[in-house]
This record gives sequence, C-alpha cells and structure tokens, in this order.
Amino acid sequence: MEGWIRIFLLRAALVALSMVIISGCSRSKGIDGGGGEPEAVIQPEVERREIKPAKIDTEDFEIGAYYGIMSVEDFETNSVYGARLAYHVNESFFVEGTYGRTDVGLTSFEKLSGGAPILTDAQREYSYYDFSAGYNLLPGEAYFGRNRAFSGALYVLIGAGNTNFADDDHFTFVIGAGYRMLMLDWLAMHLGVRNHMFSSDILGESKTTNNIEMTLSLTGFF
Amino acid sequence: MSRLPLYRFIAIVTLAFFCLSGPAHGKGGRTVVIADPYIELHTGPGSGYPIFHVADRGEQLVVSKRRTNWFKVLTEDGKKGWVDADQLMRTLDLDGEPTEIEMPGRGEYLERNTEVGFQIGDFDGTNAISVYGAYLLNENLSVELWGTHLSGDFSSGWMTNINLVHQPYPSWFVSPYFALGTGLIHIEPKATLVQTESRTDQEAHVGFGLRTYLSERFLIRAEYRSYVVFTKRDSNEEVDEWKAGFAFFF
Repeated sequence: MEGWIRIFLLRAALVALSMVIISGCSRSKGIDGGGGEPEAVIQPEVERREIKPAKIDTEDFEIGAYYGIMSVEDFETNSVYGARLAYHVNESFFVEGTYGRTDVGLTSFEKLSGGAPILTDAQREYSYYDFSAGYNLLPGEAYFGRNRAFSGALYVLIGAGNTNFADDDHFTFVIGAGYRMLMLDWLAMHLGVRNHMFSSDILGESKTTNNIEMTLSLTGFF
Repeated sequence: MSRLPLYRFIAIVTLAFFCLSGPAHGKGGRTVVIADPYIELHTGPGSGYPIFHVADRGEQLVVSKRRTNWFKVLTEDGKKGWVDADQLMRTLDLDGEPTEIEMPGRGEYLERNTEVGFQIGDFDGTNAISVYGAYLLNENLSVELWGTHLSGDFSSGWMTNINLVHQPYPSWFVSPYFALGTGLIHIEPKATLVQTESRTDQEAHVGFGLRTYLSERFLIRAEYRSYVVFTKRDSNEEVDEWKAGFAFFF
C-alpha cells in the first residue's frame, strides 16, 4: 500500500515536471515562430567603451642654466653665467636661445699705464643673447666605472645674436661645440665652448673680436 | 642697470629644477603590445645609440615618454630603453587597434594655429635680429607680432610692429605671402660717435615673402619689406629690409 502511493506520487511529479518542460519549450517556440525581430528581454544599454589611450608625455624642450669663464678680447677673463632654452626638432637638430652676462676687467694698457680707465664700471657689464641651430654628432654612451653608463652626444652649433658691451649693441656671430650627457632621462649636463664674434671699435680702430666662453650647464627636459 | 646677484640666480635655477622634476616622474603611460616579430630597444633617444635589447612579439610595453621621435618604454622584464616612432607605430593598443602616434608633418603644417620664428637680416645696412609670433586666423590670413633688434656700425635700436599677412596659396611647396603692417622704431646713435639725439618714430610697411615647409615642426621663410618711417623732420625716410630665418609651428 505504502509502495503504491510512493509510485503514484513519483509519477505525478514526473508528469508535472514534463508538463512544465513542454510548456516552457512551446512558449519559447511560440516566441521564435512569432515572426519579426525577437523581443529582447533586457535592452543592453552598454555603449561601446571608447578607450582613450593615455597621453605620452612629450619632452622636446630643454631649459637650464650655465656657469663658466669667458675671455673677452682685450678685457681679461671673468666668470660668466646665463640661461638657455632649447627645442629639439628631431634626434639630430635642435634650436637654442641663450642669454648670458659677465663683467669685463681691465685692458693691459689700463693696468700698465695706471692712467684713467677707458670704461666706467657700468660699461664693463657685458651681456649677450643669441639664437642658434645645433646638430648632434657622435651619439654614444660614456662609462663611469664598471656599472654606470650615460648616453650623450657631441654637438656643434652656429647662430647669431647681439652683444651689449660698453653701452653699445654689437651684432654677434656664434659658433660652438659641446658635449651633452644625460644624467637622468630628464636631466642633462653640458660642457660647452663657444666663440662670440663681433666687430668692435672700443679701442680706437674697428676690428673683429673673438670672445671665447667655456661653460658647464645643467638642463632639464620638459 | 641693476644686476641679479649670483646667489639669487642659483636659487631661482634650483627652484625651477624642483618644479621641473615634479611632473617628469609621473608614473603610468600607455601600454602597447608588440605585433612585429620583435622590437629594438636603444640605450638613448637616437638611431646612433646602440641596441641593447630585443623584445618579442606579444610582449607588452609601457610607453612613458617621448623625445622627438623616440619613445621610452619599459618591457615586461623591467628593461628600459628607447624605441623609434616607426617601430612603435607597428604595435597594437590593448584593444587591438594600431597604436596612434602624432607625427607632425605637412598636414599639421597646413592646419597650424601658431608659428614662432627667428630671422636675421639687413635693415638699411644695419644688422637686424627678429623674433616673431604669428596666429593664423584661417589658412590664408594671419596676424603677427614682431620684435627686432638693430645693431649697426653707427647706430643701434629696436623696432616692434604688428603685421597682417595674406598667403593666397598656402598649399604650394614654396608659398608666397604679402604683408602690411605698422609699428614703432627707435634709433640710438653709437656711444663712440658724437652724441646725437635718439629718436622714436612710427613706421608703416609693406612686405613680400616666401615660406616653405621643411620637416617635422620646421619651416623656413624669407622676406623683403619696404618701410616708411614718419620722422619729425621735413621728409619721411624710406628703408628697405631683407631677412630670412626659420620658424616652428604648433
């Protein structure tokens, strides 16, 4: 008796389950066979994600300061300091603007004669600016000891600018060469030599003067 | 003239450096996947620097910074080196698209907004050094501001002027332009000469020039200008100026 009831209940459950399955199938068939576009249950409201790639930091400008010595023709050698701003156009070329100043000393004549100075103190202030184009030569690595290597390059440059000296402006040509060494990716050290050439008549006759400058600079890329 | 004391100069420079070093160390960057069989890492940003490492296809690179056409990358195994733009352009972004890199070229030149340049020339026998900035209103018309330093054997001075420039054929390889402008000119006789008075006058000028695109962000231009200086004397002065130089654009 007990066994019969169990079998009956089991069969009833089986029938109910199959009915559910069949009805489920037929419902889904009905949707499929309904013609037209299937009605989506969930409307996806997700738009295609626009992946904006992170911007790459461009560092083509180089700014820095320098300190060194400058020999002003006929007027001794003195310390010079200045600032520079460069724009690197490609791996070989760059353009640069510099501004520097120094104080000149006494001419040999002034020292030997002991007479009146040719220039006043204010006139002994020497300042210059120039714009130049540079070309990187001989790129390579320099090694410090066994484990350290720094990349660097030798460069040459040519430019023009103006020198203010003894209350006068002088159109000035500049040629130079330097070695740039990257201490860090953004920090560079330069050792440079430049010749500033201009025509001057401070000591009577007009002549072309060569004013040679040797500097050490520290620059940062940004 | 007051002088900037050396210690203050050093202080300003040091301060500028600390300001500068801040953003330069920003972490992150763009991740790309190598699609070529391999990619070459150089020790420095230039083709002359030796290749010290080769990363294989499928490896991810993090691009942290760019210098001219070179990109600093970090490989999966921690190698840092520089990859050139041609190779980086053949990598894929994380969504499988080719990596997009801005390469300034002739197209960008024709669509430029601003231009900054430097010129040297001859202003009636006087050497002239000029710096200018130009803003392009459209592809034909631009407004320019000029500053010129004059230095000659007998006099020196400065000139500042504003220019309206019309470039009728901007896409020509060598493109002509016409300029019209006005400004101020200041002339100071040399200190070694007999002292005469310095003077500042207004001027007006017309000009004609040629401009050509060179490469990357560079262009060269040369021009001729004819000035009329409105002096306080009986007659006006007419001056010719020839100059040439280079410029770059943004």
